Amino acid sequence: MAMAPLETKIAAANGSVRQRQLIIILLVAVALSAAPFLIYPMFLINVLCFALFACAFNLVMGYSGLLSFGHAAFFGSAAYISGYCAKTMGLPAELAILVATSCSVVLGLIFGWVAIRKQGIYFGMITLAMAQVVYFIAVQAPFTGGEDGLQGVPRKALVSAMAPMSDRQSYFFVLAFFLIGFCIIYRIVHSPFGHILRSIKENETRAASLGYDVDRIKLIAFTLSATLSGMAGAVKAIGFQLATLTDVEFFMSGEVVLMVLVGGLATMTGPVLGAAIIIAMQYYLSEFGIWVKALHGMIFIVCVMAFRRGIVGEIGAYLSRRRGASD
Amino acid sequence: MREPIPEQRSPMMEIRGLEGWYGESHVLHGMNLSIGEGEVVTLLGRNGVGKTTTLRAIMGILDRAEGSIVFRGRELLGLPPERIARSGIGYCPEERGIFSDLTVEENLLLLPVVGQGGMSVEQIHTLFPNLKERRSSYGTKLSGGEQQMLAIGRILRTGAKLLLLDEPTEGLAPVIVQQIGVAIRLLKQKGFTILLVEQNFHFASSVADRHYVVEGGQVVDEVDNADIAVRSQQLQAYLGV
Amino acid sequence: MMSIFSMPADVFLGQLLLGLINGSFYAILSLGLAVIFGLLQIINFTHGAQYMMGAFVAWMLLHYFGIGYWPALILSPIIVGSLGVLLERTMFRKLYNLDHIYGFLLTYGVALVVESAFRAQYGVSGQPYRPPNALSGIIDLDFMVLPIYRLWVVAASIVVCAATWIVIEKTKLGAYLRAATEKPVLLRAFGVNVPRMIMITYGFGVGLAALAGVLAAPIYQVSAIMGGNIMPVIFAVVVIGGMGSIGGAILTGFGLGILEAFAKLLYPPAASTVIFIAMIIILTVRPAGLFGRTR
Repeated sequence: MAMAPLETKIAAANGSVRQRQLIIILLVAVALSAAPFLIYPMFLINVLCFALFACAFNLVMGYSGLLSFGHAAFFGSAAYISGYCAKTMGLPAELAILVATSCSVVLGLIFGWVAIRKQGIYFGMITLAMAQVVYFIAVQAPFTGGEDGLQGVPRKALVSAMAPMSDRQSYFFVLAFFLIGFCIIYRIVHSPFGHILRSIKENETRAASLGYDVDRIKLIAFTLSATLSGMAGAVKAIGFQLATLTDVEFFMSGEVVLMVLVGGLATMTGPVLGAAIIIAMQYYLSEFGIWVKALHGMIFIVCVMAFRRGIVGEIGAYLSRRRGASD
Repeated sequence: MREPIPEQRSPMMEIRGLEGWYGESHVLHGMNLSIGEGEVVTLLGRNGVGKTTTLRAIMGILDRAEGSIVFRGRELLGLPPERIARSGIGYCPEERGIFSDLTVEENLLLLPVVGQGGMSVEQIHTLFPNLKERRSSYGTKLSGGEQQMLAIGRILRTGAKLLLLDEPTEGLAPVIVQQIGVAIRLLKQKGFTILLVEQNFHFASSVADRHYVVEGGQVVDEVDNADIAVRSQQLQAYLGV
Repeated sequence: MMSIFSMPADVFLGQLLLGLINGSFYAILSLGLAVIFGLLQIINFTHGAQYMMGAFVAWMLLHYFGIGYWPALILSPIIVGSLGVLLERTMFRKLYNLDHIYGFLLTYGVALVVESAFRAQYGVSGQPYRPPNALSGIIDLDFMVLPIYRLWVVAASIVVCAATWIVIEKTKLGAYLRAATEKPVLLRAFGVNVPRMIMITYGFGVGLAALAGVLAAPIYQVSAIMGGNIMPVIFAVVVIGGMGSIGGAILTGFGLGILEAFAKLLYPPAASTVIFIAMIIILTVRPAGLFGRTR
């Protein structure tokens, strides 16, 4: 599209922006490398997996305007498959993740094919119903370990020469997958495809009249989101050595909605921040048990009533207001 | 600009400096008009000049409105639509607003009574015999003419004294336009006050006492129906016929 | 012994009754959801929590005040319905001009708060609630044993559903409701206080959920998770019936209850999924649901 040369021109004309970006990237890289030495690595692993899940979900909810209430199906089923491949079949972690992610592509296509023509709330309810089917299969299937789930999934990867990885090593292993997923999402959002996606979200009829095959584009976006959600689940099963019914149950689908909502719909960094906040709450408030869920519910209510842009969205709006005022 | 004040001492409805918006777009720019008790007054003008918007502003169903709309000594602007209707105003919208999930009978009986002296169902059936024949059909099964009769008929039952009729002749066959003309003249005889939005100049002149010409969200001229023959050419120009 | 569909008659009838009982709850709950959706365009995710609260209020009335089943059958829906009205007035009302997704998310958040609070207070295990004496006991029909309470549930549910259907489809009050569903703004311009109607309708739908909760208390026990478990099924029922279709919700509720019961008999592992599979198939063939109109 004609977009690319324009972007290059702007970038060339604005070298300082490039420089600033480079500094930010460097700082982030330093922070990510230092993090496991300052913070409990298992917590970071948890955050990274859910951050990837939330970013993938944002692709559907934020950028395409489709509210899926069944994304736990991708996350959870991939966690089971990856855990099973690594534990029972003894596959290296990378391969287990690959297999599980591939399964999510298929599952995403099936979900999408059934649900994609439905609008708004219908879409949410149908994805929810299909996710229930996946949940009940997980409850009953022989290889999921029932109520116990799959525990003690080995963390033996090709990069570690099939030796069990330590928590810190696992962190970098998970970080690698997170960065791959995040970059893929960044590329998608900033590609011509991403622009089409947003124009469909804004006005579906107009996009269709411009000749776009709206249903097919939405199906592609949904499947991409399902795939990356699956990858997040698969990585989580390895990094956390665990795949349980919690990963696939309906509450998980709601939780990822909350993460995206808190961080900011249709922002790149919002879901990461949202995931970090929600996971941190679970971690540091765990002594309050079930009340944490009630707190999640209250945050949900506050976000919907007063805070619909989320944290990153509100900051962005504030900055652009200020920029507008100083002009 | 100031409008010539009509002869009646205190008009039934008095609109002053009415501004109106649809979302972001500013449609009404200081409408001024007044309607006396028992009068039939039209708003004439081309498409998109703000005639329908004026009626919606009166009913309180516009996104945003400013100015003043006084009806029988009471300010309507700012009241919720249901309170406005209950002060004695009947509204017949441009798209007719027939409820398709309801039968003709249910549509006719649905509207709450807002004043005394409403017509009985029998009287309405005499006025529009079609409605009697089709009383158990569902709203969507009606022809355009029948829908229009139902839309007018149902506000006659409520006892509303001021009727707002939005283009009741639009898209209808001449025979039915005639029938509606007869009905409006009859309603005038019965003492109803009517504010009529029209593009059909000939129809308007056959029923109304006075005409306001609307352009660009303002009243730009006022014509007494008695002077209509003299002013005919000018009016044609306004309407772009 | 005679047989129906190549299964013994007693097995068949027993399963039919089981299906009708579950179907009774599906029908009342999805009816309430459909009524609310019709007017508010909001999927009331809190419905399951309100069903649970209905059962809990009945239990609390008995436990703390010694008020029995029959008064609870009236009181509990009124109490929970009033809480619903409060929710509508303080929160929903502010979201009507936004995308309906936000209403959906709000009800989800409220459900999360309510269910977690009850779980924190009462745990997940059920509290027993005995049926009233008049309804305990059984009828022995030679080939099967019928608990009277279950017959009562089926009968009460059919009466409630039929009455609601008649009110909505055949009365003046129902005409207002149908008109407000179709053209709320215009109906206001005719002098009807639609915001108040919306409030009352929501309260009524919530009251239905609470009523189902009281009816369910002696059968399923009273537990904090009873609502969350049934919610996805109710969604499926409403979608299959056709969103907002009152008759569709009722018929589909009973139908799916029966379908589920026979699935349990023929292939037990499929019992919990058969409703969702039915939903996927039906929506593929009829996108607007069985009784819905395409828009």
